[in-house]
Amino acid sequence: MIDIQDLRKVYIMGEEGVQALGGVSLTIERGEYVAIIGPSGSGKSTLMNILGGLDRPTSGAYRFEGEDVSGFTDDELADFRRQRIGFVFQSFQLLPRLSALQNVELPMIYAGMAPKERRARAAELLERVGLGARLGHRPTQLSGGQQQRVAIARSLANRPDLLLADEPTGALDTSTGEEVLALFEELNAGGLTLAVVTHDPEVADMAHRRVSFRDGLIVSDERGRKA
Amino acid sequence: MTSDGMKSFELVRFALGAILAHPMRSVLTSLGVVIGVAAVVMMTSIGMGAQQRVTQAISGLGSNLIIVTPNFQRGPVSQAAGGGFSLRDGDAEAIARQVEDVEAVAPLVRGQAQLASDGANWNTQIQGVTPPYLVARDLKIASGRMFDENEARQGRKVVVVGPTVARELWGDSDPVGRRVRVRTVPFEVIGVLESKGQAGFGQDQDDVVLAPLSAVRSRIAGRRSRGDSVQTIYVKAVDEESLDRVQEDVTNLLRDQHKIRQGEEDDFQTQNMASILEASQAAVGTFTVLLAAVAGVSLVVGGVGIMNIMLVAVTERTREIGLRMALGAKRSHVLIQFALESVSLSLVGGLIGLTIGVLGAFAIAKLGDWPAAVPAWAGPLALGFSVVVGLVFGAYPSWRAARLDPIEALRRE
Repeated sequence: MIDIQDLRKVYIMGEEGVQALGGVSLTIERGEYVAIIGPSGSGKSTLMNILGGLDRPTSGAYRFEGEDVSGFTDDELADFRRQRIGFVFQSFQLLPRLSALQNVELPMIYAGMAPKERRARAAELLERVGLGARLGHRPTQLSGGQQQRVAIARSLANRPDLLLADEPTGALDTSTGEEVLALFEELNAGGLTLAVVTHDPEVADMAHRRVSFRDGLIVSDERGRKA
Repeated sequence: MTSDGMKSFELVRFALGAILAHPMRSVLTSLGVVIGVAAVVMMTSIGMGAQQRVTQAISGLGSNLIIVTPNFQRGPVSQAAGGGFSLRDGDAEAIARQVEDVEAVAPLVRGQAQLASDGANWNTQIQGVTPPYLVARDLKIASGRMFDENEARQGRKVVVVGPTVARELWGDSDPVGRRVRVRTVPFEVIGVLESKGQAGFGQDQDDVVLAPLSAVRSRIAGRRSRGDSVQTIYVKAVDEESLDRVQEDVTNLLRDQHKIRQGEEDDFQTQNMASILEASQAAVGTFTVLLAAVAGVSLVVGGVGIMNIMLVAVTERTREIGLRMALGAKRSHVLIQFALESVSLSLVGGLIGLTIGVLGAFAIAKLGDWPAAVPAWAGPLALGFSVVVGLVFGAYPSWRAARLDPIEALRRE
């Protein structure tokens, strides 16, 4: 599904360029559950931004289902993110003004779904992540674990091909973190492709494949579950 | 745009949602536009009111009227002794006889006089006229009668009084048949004029006394006038179309009468009511535009206020913008959402301002005895201006929002 060849990313900082990715090649098949691990500054977040269509590589190829994403315009990238990708962030990124239901509706509004339809789907998704009784709650009225589950429901709204999670348990305590990971396991079992960026070995061990980064390069690529 | 199924009304909802999230701030932001639009509407209304006032005042003098007066600038050298008195009874008679399409010719001699009757006193203007004067000035008799040609010719000591004079001297009782002393000369009141009201500029058109021209000339104006001179000749044309031609004919005839040679300047001047009206309306119009332009400046200040708050909003909501982009919003969606927010703020301000402006215009009209004239186009114009202000001053903040890098924006605290 994902095919990356010799991907490089250089940030211009002041006079000199900082190399965030130094020639990365990687393929991810449909239905995989991949953990991308490494210390901060290793290039894993940069890779995730490029995979999610939030950033473009300086050079190299990124093909998603055969399409060359690295050549997309801004508008094409927006369409790509909306249709193909679901994002889960460390800090949840819910809009505080909106209820849980409205937060989940948001991506479907940009997809042009009719109000009735998207409300029903948002309710169904929240039900699925165990928040069926909290549709009208604002993010501030929910616990961290609940907020992250709202964010996961939102990421699933437009039926993405790939769910990208950036330190999804970073702001949660151990037990709520485990709930989130159990939810990921369930989604993956249902056929969803998952890529989780983390530096937490316990989170990484839940994945079926671990790709380790150091200094902008892949240093190891292990398959098989540890946990 | 095939993959772009987003409904535009959703962007309107986003914009209104953001405005309603901070009601107090939104109201304060709109305040500049509220004041600007209210000022423009009020100033325009005041200007239009003034225009109506001027029109009323001038047309109150009589319709299709030409006013002939001596030209004081060029007192005729041949009649140096009578400078400023170049018009004669004979001129009026000649106009009545020779100019076509004339409905009425009315010579006038004017004097100020103290009136006394039954112990009451009143100082007013006494006008020496002939019966056609009523026709020329569109005056009507409320009670009693006007003096006739005979009485006028004989210089009978009779007067027709304006309503103000009647009220001041006799209160509510009917003055017809009463005696009144004009200076020291006793006159008989034979009629009362119908009210014409204020002429604008504080002039009371009802504060007047009409008397036969020859009586005023011999008894009141006295030494100040030559035996047959008049101060003004009113010429009323039969209709508006013939006004210009009558004016030309009168001018030619009077130049003949006064033996003015070709190339020499007239020793009189003719003013056509229509052109006076036109000139004054143009002057008031300019004044109105000026007032509205000054008020428009406050609208611009209101726009700057909106731009300021929109820039703050973009900074505050950087993360929200980043998130929307991550969820698939295009840059154009973000741009339009913020532009709509700015336009909505301005438009709501415009609506409130329009309401205040209209109410204010009526309040001013009530307080100042001034016709309330909110022009029909004030509404669309005010709202149109609000939209333009919202667009112009929302453009830069919206552009800033749309240009954000989603990664940077999401990282912002």
